[in-house]
Amino acid sequence: MRMPLLALLAKEPAHGYELKTQLEQVFGEAYPSTNIGQIYVTLQRLERDGLVRSQDVVQATRPNKRVYELTEAGHEALVQWMDRPSEGPRVRDDFFIKLVLSQLAGISDRLGLINRQRRHYLGQMRSLSVLAATSDRQVPRLLIEGAMLHLQADLDWLQRCQEELV
Amino acid sequence: MTTGGAGLLLEAKGLAKVFRGDSVPVPAVRGVDLALQAGEFAAIIGPSGSGKSTLLHMLGGLEPPTSGEIWLAGQRVDGLTQARWAVLRRRHIGFVFQFFNLVSNMTVADNVELAALMGGATRKQARDRRAELLAELGLTARSDAAPARLSGGEQQRVALARAMANRPSLLLADEPTGNLDSGASQAVLRLLARAHADGQAILLVTHDARVASAADRVISLFDGIVIDDAVMPPQARPARLPSMLKLRG
Repeated sequence: MRMPLLALLAKEPAHGYELKTQLEQVFGEAYPSTNIGQIYVTLQRLERDGLVRSQDVVQATRPNKRVYELTEAGHEALVQWMDRPSEGPRVRDDFFIKLVLSQLAGISDRLGLINRQRRHYLGQMRSLSVLAATSDRQVPRLLIEGAMLHLQADLDWLQRCQEELV
Repeated sequence: MTTGGAGLLLEAKGLAKVFRGDSVPVPAVRGVDLALQAGEFAAIIGPSGSGKSTLLHMLGGLEPPTSGEIWLAGQRVDGLTQARWAVLRRRHIGFVFQFFNLVSNMTVADNVELAALMGGATRKQARDRRAELLAELGLTARSDAAPARLSGGEQQRVALARAMANRPSLLLADEPTGNLDSGASQAVLRLLARAHADGQAILLVTHDARVASAADRVISLFDGIVIDDAVMPPQARPARLPSMLKLRG
């Protein structure tokens, strides 16, 4: 969670609870739900590493709040992260291992295995279509579209496995 | 012939097609049994060369089978003449070709209206139907254009509008979203969903898993035979967010 917090702080200084709310607003349900404790621990570590600094702001009617801001080093770390290409998704190795080993183990026929997996992917695609149709916000919509394209690739790959192995 | 309503609409029994190549016969479809109920929405998927298009062409009367039977609403149709098939397609079957086959010297609007008129609509009904379909597919502004002036994706949607002009009880479509971007594919899917809700049966061939998953039944073809015939679960919003949509952060 370090880099998302740095990215939000690059926009403007904020306190822990604001960061939690912003993450939820930007990504919706897609982001793993964060508890506030996790956010404070991460902020403390970022401060220890010199990537953010903080100061207490006195509030008249409520307890002081600690506001965090990005340091020069934090900005540098963020830029490096942004500029680095990210790892692609891994192939569905669990299914592939099953497929390769199924005949060896004499447990399942390959065509049955492929058919079940194809049905599973198509069912997932069907659920995603329902979500896509009701999702009007840009970030979740793009995320759903990405998941659909991955599923299409998984299905194409399944077909290749079938052509070669069955 | 009945249109719509419950019951068996289309049935193939032991359907096969062998193309006579230069020297060796090439089997494209090798004995397919298939039954489609009135109002059912089914997709056929499979790799290139698995016989999908050939099967669809036979079911639409565009390609005579080498052997086997085709029954449409209780009538055996595989031995019909081309003229009789043409009548069936005008009245009861909409066919969307992979390569559109639009009438090149007629406008987009006339291509769609002609199909409705040939299906028995009055002039006014044909005009209304054309306007409705072109609007749904985002093509109203192209009504007066010649097909050749349209992009591939636009021509594909006109072909779909034409096939649906006479509200066929059976729509056969070969890759109806093959040339479309994501937005236009969505428009096509919405139109198909509405036609299905109105009781039209749909049988389409597709490479696009998103299109296939919109159908209530997915038939997998491989090497000219059916290897899987899956009824899909009801289309419903998942109770929990699918794990593949969760970011790891």
